Amino acid sequence: MVLFVVLLVFMIIGSIIAIEARNLLSSVISVGTVGFALSIAFLLLGAPDIAITQIVVEVIALIILIRGTISLDNTAIEKHRDTFAMVSALVFFGIFLAFSYVALKDMPEFGKPLMKVSQGYLQRGLQRTGAANIVMSIVLDFRGYDTLGEATVLFTSILGAFVVLRKRGRKKKEERDRARVGIPGDL
Amino acid sequence: MQGMTIIVKTVVRIVTSFIVLYGIYIVLYGHLTPGGGFPGGVIVAAAYILIMLAYGKEVALRSFGDKSASLLDNLGAFGFLAIALLGLTGGYFFLNFINHGQPFRLVSAGTLPLSNIAIGVKVSACLYAVFIALAIFGRAVYRAMEEPGKEER
Repeated sequence: MVLFVVLLVFMIIGSIIAIEARNLLSSVISVGTVGFALSIAFLLLGAPDIAITQIVVEVIALIILIRGTISLDNTAIEKHRDTFAMVSALVFFGIFLAFSYVALKDMPEFGKPLMKVSQGYLQRGLQRTGAANIVMSIVLDFRGYDTLGEATVLFTSILGAFVVLRKRGRKKKEERDRARVGIPGDL
Repeated sequence: MQGMTIIVKTVVRIVTSFIVLYGIYIVLYGHLTPGGGFPGGVIVAAAYILIMLAYGKEVALRSFGDKSASLLDNLGAFGFLAIALLGLTGGYFFLNFINHGQPFRLVSAGTLPLSNIAIGVKVSACLYAVFIALAIFGRAVYRAMEEPGKEER
C-alpha cells in the first residue's frame, strides 16, 4: 500500500511537471512517466490485462507525440502568467476538494463489498462462456455492447482524422483526372 | 538514403518478426491469458511503426500504405459487428453461438477468439493509420506519392 501511495504522489508530481515544463519535449516525456507509473499501479491492483494495455498504448502514444513535437518548429513555450486564471483555478480546486471531502467521506473501503453482479460473473463466467480469462469473458461476452461501442469510437475517430488531416481530398483528384481526359471540371 | 543508420535497420529487420509474432500470440491467447485483441493489436501496430521509423516513410508506405490500413481497419470493425450479428441466428445479439468446448484449450470459448482476432486486426491497422495521419499527411513525401509526376521538393 505504501508503494501505491508513492506511485500516486509520483504521478501527481509528473503531471505538474508536464504542465509547467517550458520545453514541449520534456513535458511529453513526463506525461510518459505518468503513464508508466499508472501501469505499475494497475499491476499492483491485480489487473494485468489493463496494465498490458496501458503500457503498450503509452509507448505508442509517446512515439506519436514525440514524432509530432519534434517536427514542430516552436518546441519552447512562451510563458504568460495570468493571475486571474491562476486565482480562479485555485478557487475552483478548493471548491472541488471541499465537495470531494464531503462526498467521499462515506465511501466504503477500496474494493471491499464485492457487488452482486460481479459475484455472478465470477461464479458463472467460466461455465457460461468457456473462457479461462474472466476479463475476456466479461469484455467480449457479457459486456459485448461496450466493446462494440469502443470499437465504433475508434473507427469514427480514425475516419475523422483521415478526413481532417488529408490535405488533398478525393474531389480534386477527380477534377484532375477529368482535366486529363478532357472533360470540363464543372460537370 | 532514407531512415536511420544501418545498425538500427539490421536490428529492426531481426526484431520485427518477433514483435509481430508476440502480438499475434497475445491476440490468439486472449481468452486464456491476460491480453486480448486490443493490446495485441497495439503491439503489431508498434512493429509497423518501428519499420516506418527505421526505414523511412517511403519504404513503409510503399509496402503498407494508408489506404490498405484504412481497408483493414474497416474489415476488422465490420468483422466484429458481423460476429455480433451472427448471434441473431441463435436468438439475440452477441450470442456465443459456437460450441464452448473444453476450457483452457486454444480452441474454446466459442466466438471469443474470433472477436479477439477481429479487434486485433482493427486496432493494429487503426493505430498505424493514426501514426500515418499525424506524422506524414501534408508532408512532401506523401504529396510526392500522391502525384507521381511532381518531384519531391
